[in-house]
Amino acid sequence: MEEGLLHAVQGFMYPNEVELQWSILIVLYPFTTGLVAGAFILASLERVFNVQAVKPTYRLALLSALAFLLVAPLPLQLHLGHPERSLEMYLTPHTSSAMAMFGFIYLWYLMGVLVLEIWLDYRKDMVLLARSETGWKKTLYRVLTLGVDNISEESLRIDDKLGRFITIVGIPSAFLLHGYVGFIFGSVKANPWWSTPVMPIVFLFSAIVSGIALVLLMYMLVCFLKGISIDMPCVDTIARYLMYAFLIDFSLEMLDLIHRIYEADESFKSLDFMAHTQLYTSQIIVQIIFGTIVPISMLAFIQVVKLSEAARKGIYVLAGLLTLMGIFAMRWNVVIGGQLFSKSFLGYTTYKMAFATKEGLLPAILLMILPFGILWVLVKVLPPFEEEKAAV
Amino acid sequence: MSSDRRDFVLTAGKLLVLTAPAAAYLEAVETGKAEEPAYKMAEHYWGMIVDVDKCIGCGNCVRACKTENDVPVEPYFFRTWVERYHVAEGAEHPDVDSPDGGYSGFPEKYAAGDGAKSFFVPKLCNQCAHSPCTQVCPVGATFESPDGAVLVDKSYCLGCRYCVQACPYGCRFIDPRTKTVDKCNLCYHRITKGLTTACCESCPTGARQLVDLKDPKDPVHDFLRDHKIQVLKPQLATGAKVYYNGLDGSVR
Repeated sequence: MEEGLLHAVQGFMYPNEVELQWSILIVLYPFTTGLVAGAFILASLERVFNVQAVKPTYRLALLSALAFLLVAPLPLQLHLGHPERSLEMYLTPHTSSAMAMFGFIYLWYLMGVLVLEIWLDYRKDMVLLARSETGWKKTLYRVLTLGVDNISEESLRIDDKLGRFITIVGIPSAFLLHGYVGFIFGSVKANPWWSTPVMPIVFLFSAIVSGIALVLLMYMLVCFLKGISIDMPCVDTIARYLMYAFLIDFSLEMLDLIHRIYEADESFKSLDFMAHTQLYTSQIIVQIIFGTIVPISMLAFIQVVKLSEAARKGIYVLAGLLTLMGIFAMRWNVVIGGQLFSKSFLGYTTYKMAFATKEGLLPAILLMILPFGILWVLVKVLPPFEEEKAAV
Repeated sequence: MSSDRRDFVLTAGKLLVLTAPAAAYLEAVETGKAEEPAYKMAEHYWGMIVDVDKCIGCGNCVRACKTENDVPVEPYFFRTWVERYHVAEGAEHPDVDSPDGGYSGFPEKYAAGDGAKSFFVPKLCNQCAHSPCTQVCPVGATFESPDGAVLVDKSYCLGCRYCVQACPYGCRFIDPRTKTVDKCNLCYHRITKGLTTACCESCPTGARQLVDLKDPKDPVHDFLRDHKIQVLKPQLATGAKVYYNGLDGSVR
């Protein structure tokens, strides 16, 4: 709290607006939940729509979704002034609050959909592992099976049927999960940068894009680390889906942009100025050019020109990384961008990110590494690949 | 031994039977049930009138508010503040400033007779009847009281800052000491005792006046009838209850 805050102000801001409310931690929140929703939707493709080509990534996608979903509430928790009161959101929720209702959607998605689906899918493996392993591992798998060790044909058929049902319920749930995150921002009428009915849909499609890119990269990385050969039809298919989802996402965002420019309401000049100054690098350069147009072009190029396997792999890695960067920038531009201008439309401020503070860059980096650690443990405990299962 | 047990059961039983009426009696005594509360929420509906032309930008209200309500002194925490508008003819935007929220008044900045109009606009929580800030609170820690004041329960606030984002007027801030939200509550501790707010009390020109819209004798009714009144950002339909007289269209 130093006078320095005031120096960041250009023009006029309401005095209470000088201090930025939501930091990089709140940027992580829609980013991580987006990865979850996207990864799950990709996994559902195989299960519900029977896209056999993406089957090798099915379990990895589910485990990635779980790893990121477990981390998603942590930045929020860290950001609260009184984290010890956060349980009140569940105990005494205010039903008109989008944030309070999100807590229930999160819990439903975690326990009602994701954990249940993973458990059903892995039950047979866990029972077999509980039989073959010894010592603490045996105990672990026995606990994980919850004592349900019937793996008769009939029982597994029920598992599969149930799993399929949960996936069908899970798709709208995943849509809800991230669409709702968009609503948390899109429903704030005080903030014209956020307040738009397309926000939930834009969030949803960008979530699908980021989730697909994540699974694509994770699959290639895990194959590389384990020395398994990459299933090319699988990654080719995923990359194609990535391009389709990206095209829809980009069209929606451009629709929103064109609409704003054409309508040019009272907030437009202020927002337009911001997009050309404070947000120019993160919005125009990072998000739109390098985070969207370049990866879409790369993926489209592959559809038209036949390239070698090695070249395709290289392009997929690069396009995947650029995509994740672009989607992260999109979250940044929404959350941070929405706070850089005054609601008086007469002034601007800048966001100075701290490093080793409670809401600084360091905890943000640690929170982004954490899901990969969780995923590493999950992959160890619940091997996602067929080859490994055969070896057990 | 057995008689001891018998005694114990009997005594405990008697006590148990007596507990309910005893508790009810104690509660009646403690809450003073017999006494009527001096302040009846249902009989009031609070708001404020701000007469823009009367404000001289002295900053008395800002200082009084900070003192009365223990608002942090830093220049970005205000329950009320004053803005200076300078609107030149044909200018696209008004020139607005609020040095330290008007806490120390306004240093001379514009030359007299520069062809522009200049005026001061006191700002505070608009005590909206359909407040977007209370709508988003995840736990209901901030709420519209039946008497029209928008209040905050600091012992319940999570400090999530969603309400700060949702207020279109920039009236909320996070108190760095309590890490909970704070805003103008119309000096609730004063108005429920029949006093006016600290800002109204200290205003030398009567530019701000606390009003009770449910009190038929309150001069507010005549005032609202006799003047062209506007609220801030009416397009957002927040049901603001701070009524401005003489508000220029350039005010945001």
